[in-house]
Amino acid sequence: MSATDRRKVINKIVLATSTLFAVIGIFFLFWILFVLLKNGFEALNLSIFFNDGAPPLSVEELEILNKSREGLELSEFEQEELSWIEISGLRHAIIGQLMLAFGATLVGVPIGILAGTYVREYGADSKFANLIRDLSDVMMSAPSIVIGTFVYAIVVSPTGGFSGYAGIVALAIMMLPIILRTTDDMLGLVSNTLREAAIALGAPKYKMIMQVVYRGAKVGILTGILLAVARIAGETAPLLFTSFNTNFFETNLTEPIASLTVTMFNYATSPYEDWQQLGWAAALILAGFVLGLNIVGRVLLSMKHISTKKIFKKRKR
Amino acid sequence: MEKEIIDLEVKDFSFRYAGASADSLKKINLPIIKNKVTALIGPSGCGKTTLLRSLNRIHDLYPGNEYRGEVNFEGRNILSADEDLIHLRTRIGMIFQKPTAFPMSIYENIAYGLKLQGIKDKTVLSGRIEKALKGGALWGEVKERLNDEADALSGGQQQRLCISRAIAVEPEIILFDEPTSALDPISTEAIEKLIMELKDEVTIVIVTHNMQQAQRISDYTAFMYLGDLIEYGETDKIFNNPDEELTKQYISGQFG
Ligand SMILES: Nc1ncnc2c1ncn2[C@@H]1O[C@H](COP(=O)(O)OP(=O)(O)OP(=O)(O)O)[C@@H](O)[C@H]1O
Ligand SMILES: [Mg+2]
Repeated sequence: MSATDRRKVINKIVLATSTLFAVIGIFFLFWILFVLLKNGFEALNLSIFFNDGAPPLSVEELEILNKSREGLELSEFEQEELSWIEISGLRHAIIGQLMLAFGATLVGVPIGILAGTYVREYGADSKFANLIRDLSDVMMSAPSIVIGTFVYAIVVSPTGGFSGYAGIVALAIMMLPIILRTTDDMLGLVSNTLREAAIALGAPKYKMIMQVVYRGAKVGILTGILLAVARIAGETAPLLFTSFNTNFFETNLTEPIASLTVTMFNYATSPYEDWQQLGWAAALILAGFVLGLNIVGRVLLSMKHISTKKIFKKRKR
Repeated sequence: MEKEIIDLEVKDFSFRYAGASADSLKKINLPIIKNKVTALIGPSGCGKTTLLRSLNRIHDLYPGNEYRGEVNFEGRNILSADEDLIHLRTRIGMIFQKPTAFPMSIYENIAYGLKLQGIKDKTVLSGRIEKALKGGALWGEVKERLNDEADALSGGQQQRLCISRAIAVEPEIILFDEPTSALDPISTEAIEKLIMELKDEVTIVIVTHNMQQAQRISDYTAFMYLGDLIEYGETDKIFNNPDEELTKQYISGQFG
């Protein structure tokens, strides 16, 4: 066997093995997706978006409900029973989740961007700036349940109870390092000559940053924000100790607030079939939400050379 | 011959970068004559860029650099600690080696410096922008698409945009650091022509590696070597009959 032949054979073996493992990986990925989509769509119906949490149904009630959904004839007694049935939905959890995510974004984004700006534009390579970078890397890899307990100690305990605000604080803390580091990195991609050009025209440093550097980095920073929101949207652990959960529709942030993740966990681990169904629906809705954010983030990133201004302008027309 | 006015006077000027163990510029003495083109030439690393960037104190963007000596402009030493750098930079503009169009429209690029000066009136802005783009020999090519993104322009057009942006704020002096080294011959010719036209209005200092370019466009030439100013004089004299042996060797291409 010549050296070239051997190389070709080895090449083929390596290619075959790596393909095989890629296929295995993809198989599990699609399996998960398939199970999620199948069960999720089976459980999904319109009432989920309009009803809040309700007590679980008894076996008999569930039978009647399923019968009516399949369009079968109901006896008088069953019809009477059906009118009493309170069907559970996820409205409270969807709204709660949106409020928590939105609140966390409102708190986490400005702090993260300003801190990232400090680190890149003012701290540069100083020890203090590098310390902040290291700390945020540590924070990023900290188990989210630890952040939950931390917020429990500093917010929940002193204020005397679980609350939406505590949940927002926990999620904002989780977003902070991601946004800080993305801002830091994206500002780092803006070339120094652009900064110098602004300074050379007589711009004060803060105007250089806000009017020129941010413009150069805005698509990247926006992507970082979307990915950070997607990241926190799937968190359960930090919410268990903070916003906790409720089966009721609640928009008062001083009260416990439902979230899709905690609701999903509670419903899925409950012994009641209708609740388990809702668990699947919650999983599907959450996955769709996160997927949507990721797609938008990635599309934005791939359009990096196009300024967002153009996109917005086109949309207006 | 008309009377020569010294616009900017570099006196016993030394410069050291933060953390460096030696001066990058050593006791430079150089007059910059008003409404003339002064070329800075010399081998790579001799300090041309360092000197140029001292004249609008852009070095101050990075901490720890050290200036010594004087640079006198409009009756004051601009190296003094209380110099108003923002005002200084509106009086002394700068063009970089690579075009530095801001990530905004052509119109907004030119408007940027004007807005910094507090000009907000739309008609005033439009007038100044048209004037600047005409001055930068770009008006004809972009007047139909002022709202297009500036990075859609070619490299040569972007460089002329940067020149337009600099002249829009009507500076006294413009500093050019190898403005054509990244451009094709046609764009280079356009910019050289522009520089020669500009000197009616502004004083120009240009760093160049191109000996022909220095001869074509400059009135005075300063030859630098290893942080020292070796020789300064009228361009014709420096290129045809230099006093220093080192200058002669450099312009005849024996090193550098
Ligand atoms: N940021 C910096 N920090 C420390 N030293 C520097 C820095 N920039 C330049 N130098 C040093 O200062 C000296 C002069 O550099 P400068 O860039 O002014 O040279 P130049 O004449 O412009 O060269 P070129 O023709 O290659 O552009 C060089 O020895 C260089 O190594
Ligand atoms: Mg240089």
